[in-house]
Amino acid sequence: MTGPEPLVLVVEDEPQMRRFLRACLTAHGYRLVEAGSAREAGQLALSHNPEVILLDLGLPDADGIELTRRLREWTRVPVVVVSARGREEDKVQALDAGADDYLTKPFGVNELLARLRVALRHARRGGTGADLPVVETGGLRVDLERRLVWVEGREVKLTAIEFRLLGLLARNAGKVLTHRQILNEVWGPGHAAQTHHLRVHMAELRKKIEADPARPRLLLTELGVGYRLSDGEGEP
Amino acid sequence: MATPAERPDPDALLRRVQAEERQARGGRLKIFFGFAPGVGKTYRMLQVARELVTHGLDAVVGAVETHGRYDTASLLLGLDLLPRRTLPYRGRVLEEFDLDAALARRPALLLLDEMAHTNAPGSRHAKRWQDALELLDAGIDVHTTLNVQHVESLNDVVEQITHVQVRETVPDSVLERADEVELVDIAPEELLQRLKDGKVYLPEQAARAIEHFFQRGNLLALRELALRRMAQRVDADVRAFREEKGVEATWPAAERILVCVGSSPGAARLVRAAARMAAGLRAPWVTATVEQTGRAPLGDLDRERLDAHLRLADSLGAETARLAGATVADAILAYARKHNVTRIVIGKPGRSRWRELLRGSVLDEVVRGSGDIEVHVISGEPEPEREPRAAGPVRAGWWSYAWAALLVAATTGLAVVASGLAGVPDPQMLYLLAIMLAAIWFGRGPSVLAAALSVAAYDFFLVPPPYTFAVADARYVLTFAMMFGVGLLVSSLALRLRRAEQSSVLREERTAALHTLGRELGSALHLEAVAAVAAGRGAVTLGTAVAVLVPEGQGLAVRGVSPSDYALGGAELAVARWTLEHGRLAGSGTDTLPGSAVTCAPLRLGSQTLGVLALRPRQPGALPTDQRDFLLAFARQVAFALERVRLGEQARQSALRARTEELRSALLSSVSHDLRTPIAAILGAATTLRGEAALGEKTRRDLLDAVCEEAERLERQVSNLLDMTRLESGTVSPKREWVPLEEIVGTALGRVERLLGRGAVTTSIAAGFPLLSVDPALLEQLLVNLLENAARHAGGAGVEIRAEQEGGSLVIEVADHGPGIPPGEEERIFERFQRGANAGGGGAGLGLPIARAIAEVHGGRLSASNRPGGGAVFRITLPAAEPPPPAPAELEPAGGAP
Repeated sequence: MTGPEPLVLVVEDEPQMRRFLRACLTAHGYRLVEAGSAREAGQLALSHNPEVILLDLGLPDADGIELTRRLREWTRVPVVVVSARGREEDKVQALDAGADDYLTKPFGVNELLARLRVALRHARRGGTGADLPVVETGGLRVDLERRLVWVEGREVKLTAIEFRLLGLLARNAGKVLTHRQILNEVWGPGHAAQTHHLRVHMAELRKKIEADPARPRLLLTELGVGYRLSDGEGEP
Repeated sequence: MATPAERPDPDALLRRVQAEERQARGGRLKIFFGFAPGVGKTYRMLQVARELVTHGLDAVVGAVETHGRYDTASLLLGLDLLPRRTLPYRGRVLEEFDLDAALARRPALLLLDEMAHTNAPGSRHAKRWQDALELLDAGIDVHTTLNVQHVESLNDVVEQITHVQVRETVPDSVLERADEVELVDIAPEELLQRLKDGKVYLPEQAARAIEHFFQRGNLLALRELALRRMAQRVDADVRAFREEKGVEATWPAAERILVCVGSSPGAARLVRAAARMAAGLRAPWVTATVEQTGRAPLGDLDRERLDAHLRLADSLGAETARLAGATVADAILAYARKHNVTRIVIGKPGRSRWRELLRGSVLDEVVRGSGDIEVHVISGEPEPEREPRAAGPVRAGWWSYAWAALLVAATTGLAVVASGLAGVPDPQMLYLLAIMLAAIWFGRGPSVLAAALSVAAYDFFLVPPPYTFAVADARYVLTFAMMFGVGLLVSSLALRLRRAEQSSVLREERTAALHTLGRELGSALHLEAVAAVAAGRGAVTLGTAVAVLVPEGQGLAVRGVSPSDYALGGAELAVARWTLEHGRLAGSGTDTLPGSAVTCAPLRLGSQTLGVLALRPRQPGALPTDQRDFLLAFARQVAFALERVRLGEQARQSALRARTEELRSALLSSVSHDLRTPIAAILGAATTLRGEAALGEKTRRDLLDAVCEEAERLERQVSNLLDMTRLESGTVSPKREWVPLEEIVGTALGRVERLLGRGAVTTSIAAGFPLLSVDPALLEQLLVNLLENAARHAGGAGVEIRAEQEGGSLVIEVADHGPGIPPGEEERIFERFQRGANAGGGGAGLGLPIARAIAEVHGGRLSASNRPGGGAVFRITLPAAEPPPPAPAELEPAGGAP
């Protein structure tokens, strides 16, 4: 970690969850502000300008997804959603609303810390990571500027669309991108319904990049949600 | 308190309670009763209504005729008027009371003038009093008006007094149903004055008849009649009161009246007389008709008339009985004895004397055999001397006369040959044979012709002198007479035989049809089968298109139909709904909704209507009583079958409920065990950690590991339970997407990696295995559950996933090298809370049931078996779907090529 201790805004109405998060985050070098309601969260986000927001969806006064949408109107601060709603459509909804990541309760501390690190890294890099020329993770090296890809030091030829796909995931390494987000970015708006095209291209891409395409290590599937390029954080 | 002697008669009490119940259920009927038009019934009804409205009652005028009378019309001001329904009829537009609007509006009180009114064609009911009954059934109070000449049982008396025939009548049972009858009475003189002043409305077409009606003598008689009818009613009210209060200690012996009717027009008089007698004696009464065995079935006209008499009796509150017997008197007397009849009402014979001598008189026989039963003889109207005409096949065409003549000619030839050549002494016997054959083959007319021709031919050809009509010997004249007489007698006997055969054939056909129906229904095990049998049999037996409808949700569903192209339109379904709601016949051929293109019979058992039998009417006009009875008998048998099926279904349901209950308790015990155990472990470890300061580092670690592991186990149980509940609730519809199997297998392996270890699973997916149309998250769960199962039972070693296409289905197999499934347990392992013998802790026995449920929501199957080399194999079969539009090899990205 660089700079001063990062400030986390924890939005959670359960006192026990807050107690646990407070203990765990302060022990790992974070500073905390806590909000118990959506209204309070909005005020604190404005006054304290936190570096990352940890948001529980089930708030007493408003829905967390709605809060995410409101926050996104004025800030790019990373939002990590924490929720007991484990259904895929809930995840997709939160991510499409602008959340950066999604954690389903119950979760382990390591997983939480890994997600926070990814979120902070993206935030410090300036969100999209467009200025980053090269992304390296687990034997994969993507040169975004020169459009070149190496796996274990060996150059791999990709088609234009495969490169756009991989480039997008690489710029957001560690972050889940929903099908809709990927289709919008790679194919442009209007293709959002054709997820099977995306899947077919993803399978092709895996054959070129993964050592065992049946058991991917790099291009990870979040079933029913989207894809994520592993950045070596929080993986088993 | 009360001594036994003072206690009210239980039957009377029951009647009283029933009457009260009916009143609590239905609306109250009040009738404003008058003796002639113009006495002020409508005026009085409106007055009463206005008063009630000022007290806040919701009263609505359904139909009131003011006939332009100013004082009556002024009373209507301020009352709520229900808009009339307009009915197009032969180019004119008729306005009629709108029953449906009234039922929808549901006022507390509805005013309905002129209860005897006949509704315009196209209305639901033929008569307005039927509308009133339906309103009462719906719990709406009705006020209505009625004149004495419209009372059914008084109809003929009024006719005698005034010589005006009134066709619009109201059954006495309706009058008796009224909760209150108010007599509106003025002096006849005053009424005549009002008539002179033009205050009484007279329909123009009836003006002449009505002039005759409004004579002082008539009015006095009518008034007396109305007052007497009213007095009867007051008497009944008093009696009801006395019965309720237990005033009377003894009760008169029960009287029971039987009236015999036939098809003659005068029988209506008998029925009315019996009704009056029954009302006077407060006795139940029966109307009986006898079908004589060996007599021809009645002709159409007679049957219609007989039906009309029975309907009349029914509307006057009689039971009706159709008897069968060799003679009328025997059948009547047998019935009377069996049913404790005390009085028999019978008509004065209208037959001429010689026929009575010939055939005997029913009256005489009844009187002779009546014993202690009183016999009342009522004069019928002069009966037209006309034998009931036989039905259908007996009517002869010209050809049968020709055949009869031919038959006689042939007989003559034979007779000439026989007497001339063989010297047969009595050739006339041959003629008798010919006459009899003519009667059997061709009917009455031809047989009479044959008799006449036989006499002539015998005279001409055989009686000396031959070939002249002259008769040498006067003795032959006697032979002629004998021959003719015997011929007629034989022919009439033959005819009777034939008719008896016809009617018994008809009866037997119907009995056989019901028998067949019963047998076929007996083997129908569910509702669809019963409906199909009923429709099929119905179409054959009733000779028309038939549909069986049963209530479903809010409406009616057609469950059986024959022939299969018979469809019911909206109007027909409305008739069926009416029948279902009211449990009565409706539609074409009945009194209710007669204009519709369907006849509906209720499938009714007791007070419950289980469905409707709808049939396309075969001929227009009222349904003859025998067909109607047969239809109802048919419907009753179907209703029995429906009820049986329904009870069977109920038994099955309750068995299912019991099974569900059993499962629920298994679930509860299993859940409480599986959830509490990890909680106990967590709680125990945590409290130890908090309380004991002097724990070694290793113990601390162990306890913390236990907390984490048990929490994870708890989480697995909870999500299993949630998944199971979600799948079982039936609300899960898979969100299908096109996914390559590789992707799902990849994530599933990722999830079980910790359990199975890396590299323990080999995957072989056949080349060209298509994209799956599945809910990816659910299918992943399925695979994870199977893999976890393999890990638990087979140690996870050598697990294989294979996938290939087999014809129209996609097969995915998960196989292991474990101990396999105990023989015979292949299905049981998919039941909930069944844990294998060597289960190493963990799951709540929900993994495999969830896996199967997921396969099933995708329209697929999941089965288990043992593989030949040892180990278990789970086989998922999914239907192959239409492939998606192929992904283009390379879609041009929005931003252009590099």
